[in-house]
Amino acid sequence: MSNDPIHQFQISKLIPLDFNGLDLSFTNSSLFMVATVTAASGFLVWATSGRGLVPGRMQSIAEMSYEFVASTLRDAAGTQGMKFFPLVFSLFMFVLVANLFGMFPYFFTVTSHIIVTFALAMLVILTVIIYGFWKHGLHFLGLFVPSGVPGALLPLVVLIEVISFLSRPISLSVRLFANMLAGHITLKVFAGFVTSLSALGAVGIGGAILPLAMAVALTGLEFLVAFLQAYVFAVLTCMYLNDALHPGH
Amino acid sequence: MFISNAWAEEQSGAHSSTDGATHTETGAVHDAGHGGVFPPFDPASFASQLLWLAITFGVFYLLMARIAIPRISSILEVRRDRISQDLDEANRMREEADAAHAAYEHELAEARKNATAIAQKANDEAKAAAEAERQKTEAGLAEKLAEAEARIAGIRAKALGDVDEIAAGTAETIVKELLGGTVTKADLAKAVSEAAKQGA
Repeated sequence: MSNDPIHQFQISKLIPLDFNGLDLSFTNSSLFMVATVTAASGFLVWATSGRGLVPGRMQSIAEMSYEFVASTLRDAAGTQGMKFFPLVFSLFMFVLVANLFGMFPYFFTVTSHIIVTFALAMLVILTVIIYGFWKHGLHFLGLFVPSGVPGALLPLVVLIEVISFLSRPISLSVRLFANMLAGHITLKVFAGFVTSLSALGAVGIGGAILPLAMAVALTGLEFLVAFLQAYVFAVLTCMYLNDALHPGH
Repeated sequence: MFISNAWAEEQSGAHSSTDGATHTETGAVHDAGHGGVFPPFDPASFASQLLWLAITFGVFYLLMARIAIPRISSILEVRRDRISQDLDEANRMREEADAAHAAYEHELAEARKNATAIAQKANDEAKAAAEAERQKTEAGLAEKLAEAEARIAGIRAKALGDVDEIAAGTAETIVKELLGGTVTKADLAKAVSEAAKQGA
């Protein structure tokens, strides 16, 4: 069981809750969601509590994350996009901290479950759709009709645009989920090689050096992926929100 | 997807049996979904994950939107204001310094000009005084010279007059000694003046 690379994604109920056959138990996943939110908001609130004119280290980190997300959003969606800043910042911080928590041994990775990433992606897409229709009415559908396309090609282009729009929540959620899942499985597999090879005696211990080096390298890579995927999620969110703000291509 | 399907197919029998068991054993802590479905694709955990994600992310969003973001943005704004204020202050001070420098330069140029003027004036005055003194002295000298010349001329004329007289006396004596005769004074004077004319 300890070498089963899938075991780390197991959901286990900590406080079983059942509503008319609907299982709403507080699980290890829920625990790590709470931990993620507590750590992220606790850090941001605590680090900025000094309100220093000259920031300390912790306040610098909080300000840097703020400025980082703000500049990403401003670049992608303009100044108008700043009304979505709390959403984008929350998504970025939540995904980032959840991913980084997943790097601790024996910790559960919240973002390694497709339902979580899909729910976050749907939150983004529904925000885009609802805001788009609320702000632009039916003009929002102009998103699917790029200007300057010859009439004969237009139906095909519109079809492609619609398909690409519908695939957004799927690509957005699967990208994050698959990255976290694959990374953790790979890490686990290589770490498993180390233990199973070293059980074979002196030759095995010598042979275990290679997968151990791989596991170390992969750990570094996974930290990069944890950050990068949170960033990619935030950037794509900004780009999709830009469509809601400016539907005309 | 591919893995999960294969996994699900392989374990479908086991899963359905545990699924039945799950419902009968509600309440008891057991590893539901451990029966075989690849955990991330196990729909049994979806409802719970969605609920807790909604709760935690909702709380997180509120904390960010109400506390963290306004606080950080106010910190950044205060800093930006402070920096621009300080820059304005610095600019103002620099302008003041420039103005003071310009005033100083102006004063200095003025003072230089005044100094030149004063020096010039003093120089001119000194020159004028010296000139006046010189002229006065020259005038005095010229007067004395003229006086002296007049005196010399007087003395000379007197001396010349005496010379005629002496010459006449001498001539009379000589004539008397040599010729034994007498000569009238008028003749003597006439002869002396003629001789003086010829000698001259």
